Amino acid sequence: MATIDIHVHTEVHHHDDHEEHDHHGNFWTSYIFCQDHKVIAKQFLITGMAWALIGGVLSVIFRLQLGFPDAKLEWLRPLLGGWLTSDGKIDPEFYLALVTMHGTIMVFFVLTAGLSGTFSNFLIPLQVGARDMASGFMNMLSYWFFFLSSAVMFTSLFISTGPAGGGWTVYPPLSALPQAVQGSGLGMTLWLVSMALFIVSTLLGGINYITTIINMRTQGMSFTRLPLTIWAFFFTAIIGLLSFPVLFGAALLLIFDRSFGTSFYLSDIYIAGEALPHVGGSPILFQHLFWFLGHPEVYIVLLPALGITSEIIATNSRKPIFGYKAMVGSMLFITILSFVVWAHHMFVTGMNPFLGSIFTLLTLIIAVPSAVKIFNYVTTLWKGNIKFTSAMMFSIGLVSFFLTGGITGLFLGNSAVDIQLHDTYFVVAHFHLVMGSASFFGMIAGIYHWFPKMFGRMMDERLGSIHFWMTFVGVYLVFFPMHYIGIAGFPRRYYSWTNFETFSSFADLNMLVSIAAIVTLSAQFIFLFNFFYSIFRGRLASANPWDSNTIEWTTPRHPKHGNWPGDIPTVYRWPYDYSKPGAKEDYIPQTIPYSETPESNLPHENELIKLEMGNTGAIVIDEKKH
Amino acid sequence: MAKGSKKINWNSIMEKSVRSEMKIVEEPKKPIAMHPKKFAMWLFMASVMMLFASLTSAYIVRQAEGNWLYFELPLLFYYTTAIIAVSSVTMQVAYFAAKKDNTGVVKIMVLITSVLGVLFLIGQVKGWGEMARQGVHFVGNPSGSFVIAISFVHGLHIISAVVFLLIVLNSAIRLRIHSKNMAQMEMCTTYWHFLGALWIYLFIFFLINR
Repeated sequence: MATIDIHVHTEVHHHDDHEEHDHHGNFWTSYIFCQDHKVIAKQFLITGMAWALIGGVLSVIFRLQLGFPDAKLEWLRPLLGGWLTSDGKIDPEFYLALVTMHGTIMVFFVLTAGLSGTFSNFLIPLQVGARDMASGFMNMLSYWFFFLSSAVMFTSLFISTGPAGGGWTVYPPLSALPQAVQGSGLGMTLWLVSMALFIVSTLLGGINYITTIINMRTQGMSFTRLPLTIWAFFFTAIIGLLSFPVLFGAALLLIFDRSFGTSFYLSDIYIAGEALPHVGGSPILFQHLFWFLGHPEVYIVLLPALGITSEIIATNSRKPIFGYKAMVGSMLFITILSFVVWAHHMFVTGMNPFLGSIFTLLTLIIAVPSAVKIFNYVTTLWKGNIKFTSAMMFSIGLVSFFLTGGITGLFLGNSAVDIQLHDTYFVVAHFHLVMGSASFFGMIAGIYHWFPKMFGRMMDERLGSIHFWMTFVGVYLVFFPMHYIGIAGFPRRYYSWTNFETFSSFADLNMLVSIAAIVTLSAQFIFLFNFFYSIFRGRLASANPWDSNTIEWTTPRHPKHGNWPGDIPTVYRWPYDYSKPGAKEDYIPQTIPYSETPESNLPHENELIKLEMGNTGAIVIDEKKH
Repeated sequence: MAKGSKKINWNSIMEKSVRSEMKIVEEPKKPIAMHPKKFAMWLFMASVMMLFASLTSAYIVRQAEGNWLYFELPLLFYYTTAIIAVSSVTMQVAYFAAKKDNTGVVKIMVLITSVLGVLFLIGQVKGWGEMARQGVHFVGNPSGSFVIAISFVHGLHIISAVVFLLIVLNSAIRLRIHSKNMAQMEMCTTYWHFLGALWIYLFIFFLINR
């Protein structure tokens, strides 16, 4: 603790709070159309948080309907207006729109753009040792395409026919025919436009991330010395680059079907006794194309969170990550497998059962790398000198969700069991735990951990702790009962079950879920308060508040555009030298050469000193200057 | 592995110390590093390839379900395929000329390539007209819709490449393209060859899977 205080004093002397303002540009170039990766990351973060709030509120509104089907919701009329029926209940078509928008917002806008966009942008240049992304301009474009996409999607919430209502998977014919539901009219058109812009944004970002990681690493930053966060962002970007174009293709054909009258997905449809002109299409084709993106998308959402927690758990256990190469290998394996399991979403579409059993096999294999990762997290924690920071608690929460939600994946991935469980609340429980909550916890953990680097101040740990426990318990209370509800046969996306006598015995469980959802959402306001209060009034952060090894902590408290004032530091070791036997402190930053740590070097590391000698002089002196 | 990377460091640091004497403010180059923009170009082409892989595999999946209209590909598509092949040659000539600092040839060849690109686009649109005269419209059996949709999306990429060619032409006129400054020229050449090869793949694909 003493060292932290000392740091704070020196930092305060050298860097006053206004240094960001005096170096370049006006408000527009510094904060709006800025090409600095750190500013772009914050833009992604704030936009993502706004979307998370909207998505969360939508989910509470439909949980009110599901938990309290007889309640009068007149008090929501100022917010929902015409979307309430005359007797004060949610309009059934609006309910479908709510579910659709909740899914779209959370999967794409929060957990893809908000998570990957924020942390890939923020951490890649800082952790590989680059001044900025390979192309700052493309990076800026990536954000503004995302912003445009957000604006279109947000607009669709307010049009008179409502936003898209065909589910976030937008299966045709429901999404292709405006006659199907109100949301398949203009709302669906806006959804498609928004997603097209979103895909452009993701591709621009992803190309930049991969290029930066491969081409812009600092001296000494070999692939085996990359922090696991960077590995995770790298694989995520590759998955995105290969799978989002496929969604683009699927959406394009859907646009042709909707607006130009082609029949890629439509065939033999009668509405009110009248045959539609569309002949010869195949709706299953859309599912194949959609899930070829859709399944990798799960890992686009999850891998960054896993990378972030790897870093946080190692740092706060004060131990090297257990099985660095196994971690990288399992992420690579997950990346490859993510492309060959998509049909497990389609077991009940009438596909060939033999094909189903192949996809079952491939799906169940994913359990292997996933289990490797969980094992490595637990063994990293084992006998560690654990510091329960907020970020650490959220990371451990992620491991818990990843395990609980992952186990139910074994049931669902099985084509025989899936016949019973398909499209029930069991599925909802599964993916909300393993993908939704786990990734969300990774994102929150990342915010708590890198907040000092982003804003130069600390978030409040006590509020963080309250936020964690309320969210952690809340999430389990929301999603655990859903397993039982699902096994009992409750189908997802139903507006109400009051017409079914069998389901009445689960009304109280649904009520519990809804109450837990409300409590969990309200806990997020503690976080929002903590976040915005700490930006302006938080405790000043020291240069390296978590005693971490990675090189982003060698930058000044408020890094300017370019990140390091002098030369970019050279890297001499991997990022996980925590509690190395013989070392003076329990961490050795990546920038410390082996020649300076003879007391803790292993024999093969002493060999490396020779290579360091002769070229380090100037650089080491440079480092000591700041 | 670690040893190897150390050697690389040594080289790059040597290079760097030379650079700092020359007071050039620049990142030290690393031997494994490629020109970042060129690398990004390759990644972009990978994503374009995925887009067409998805469309052509959708074509195969849909075709396997039956109810598939057989029709002759328009004769014009053979001509446009020849045009795009010739344009690749002219582009390559421009590239070699740029390497030899022969700016006059670069300008003419890039111009010819862009004109051929525009001719290709006109040919594609006329080809759709030819299909329509056969009774194959965009709206109708998916076999025709697929051909038009896929060639349309390819055409959009050709438009982007023609714009890129015009940018290169502009750089050539301003004498910004020469043997010491080839990045833009190389990227444009790669992209143009890629789109040409992509069309030839698509054309053969259509011929085989009718």
